[in-house]
Amino acid sequence: MTERQRLKSQRILIYVFFALLTFLSIAPFWVVLVNATRSTEQIQQGFSLLPGSSFIKNWQFLKGKGFNIFQGYGNSFIIAAGSTILSMYFSSLTAYAITVYDFRGKKFVNGLILFLIMMPPQVNIIGFYRFMGQLNLLNSYIPLIIPSIASASNVFFMQQYLETIYQPAYLDSARIDGAKELKIFHSIILPQMKPAIATMSLFAFVQSWNNFLMPLILINDRGKYTLPMLVQLLTTDTYRTEYGSMYLGLGLAIIPLIIVYLFLSREIVGGVTAGGIKG
Amino acid sequence: MNSELQKEGKGKTLQKKASIKDVNKYAYYFLAPFFITYAIFNLYPTLYTIVLSFLDVSGFEIVGKFVGFQNFINLFNNNVFIQSVKNTAILWTVNFIPQITLAMILAYWFTNNRLKLKGQNLFKSLFYFPNIMTAASVAVIFYTLFSYPRGPINQILIGIGVLETPFDFFRNVFFTRGIVSFIQFWMWYGQTTLVLISGILSIDDSLYEAAIIDGATAWQSFTKITLPLIRPITLYVMITSLIGGLQMFDIPLLLTNGGPNGSVDTIMTYIYKQAFQGGRNISIASTASVVLLLITMLASLLVIIYFRRSSNTEKKE
Repeated sequence: MTERQRLKSQRILIYVFFALLTFLSIAPFWVVLVNATRSTEQIQQGFSLLPGSSFIKNWQFLKGKGFNIFQGYGNSFIIAAGSTILSMYFSSLTAYAITVYDFRGKKFVNGLILFLIMMPPQVNIIGFYRFMGQLNLLNSYIPLIIPSIASASNVFFMQQYLETIYQPAYLDSARIDGAKELKIFHSIILPQMKPAIATMSLFAFVQSWNNFLMPLILINDRGKYTLPMLVQLLTTDTYRTEYGSMYLGLGLAIIPLIIVYLFLSREIVGGVTAGGIKG
Repeated sequence: MNSELQKEGKGKTLQKKASIKDVNKYAYYFLAPFFITYAIFNLYPTLYTIVLSFLDVSGFEIVGKFVGFQNFINLFNNNVFIQSVKNTAILWTVNFIPQITLAMILAYWFTNNRLKLKGQNLFKSLFYFPNIMTAASVAVIFYTLFSYPRGPINQILIGIGVLETPFDFFRNVFFTRGIVSFIQFWMWYGQTTLVLISGILSIDDSLYEAAIIDGATAWQSFTKITLPLIRPITLYVMITSLIGGLQMFDIPLLLTNGGPNGSVDTIMTYIYKQAFQGGRNISIASTASVVLLLITMLASLLVIIYFRRSSNTEKKE
């Protein structure tokens, strides 16, 4: 009895603590969304957790100052979708090559992939920026999309998944039927990898969508700005004094991710550890 | 029956050997896109950055004079850079220690069979939620929340009587660093918790059952079984967090642009500012990049060695 009571009170304390953490997770975004609908005067006068009625006014101010959120959505989407598709396809292909074939240097390639995962991603931005300049690729989305063909961590994940589902006999019988190697990859392996691709593409997409540093150094043309770059504009003098509009800009920037998370949180949370930390 | 199976197996391996011989070369074709792309967009830029760190170039110049290690000497005598290394270390440590502590506690609760907490999936998604949000947006959100004089935090603190007059958080080194570390902590503790939970769940149940039979308390099971066995995952968490932490950029840049007094200027914001703002000091920025690469590799190596050594001494005991 006393043990049960002790557990019960312990449980209540834990739930109270969880409620506090929940509040911390949600409150900052809630304040942004609420203030997006309030006027600058209201925001300056006091704090509120309930929405106001100045959404349209704030929207018109943003629009008047050339804050084109839809262009930002479109630009970020093109980059994120492009790099996700490339990354998923080529990570699967690379993982397929490493897993299925016996070739000289297989061990080396395996080790190399692991080593590349450990390489910090941003240390080469100076060389990258200058090289892209020499190739005339500044202000282009190519340097933001094409490099995702070579994502070592995605290859590693695909490899781990492929090892659990791959059946050599199945491929051999396809070969005897005369299937070409690339055809085998497309018609047998890729469909089998769908669950892994579904999980990984969520993370690849979000990662590209949230990327700030690379577009910041590569893109100058205002019409090509991605969402995080538009957010950065909100800290400039044009917007920072118009609180209502600034909050609205922020709110518009975060709302797509909030909606995605409402629908896909189960898959995302399940995928965090699916990368198979086995070692 | 058994020999029949073996025969079948043998036949298959022979067949496989014949077909695989000419098929294996495809590995190189299929690996080519990855490695060609890596070479162009990653390896070459890295080597290029290393070369630039030994040259004297600025702005948009293509050629530069070879200056040996002069850039490195200049960099290590540069107080702003040294300060940015210290800042990065402080910001990471102040975020990581509470982060791993809280994540351990949460993972312990989530996996505790006696507690049987309800709504676990809901809480996991709520705790992980900040992690998927754009860091750039998060930084600007916290900038507005803590803004002076009429940001929501100031309004609340005055409203409940903690403050009498508004406080300018971003003019105070302690609070600015605290806010940067808090954001980092808040965005990542959920992820760390999930990773630790998966580590704990992979531990063999029979170990805990044996411990219960031996009369161990839940806490004893945790410290004597769970903690030692999740050491590899803790190592993984620490290294990935360290690699990420050393590259901290979006949040300090967009929160205060490194201020006040450069107190949240990190190695990455230093590199960015040197290369892309003002003097376009390419040589120094490249040199700092090379140093960052070396620091990252060294730090990862030290963490690995530390964990190896402490697990060895434990075995000896």
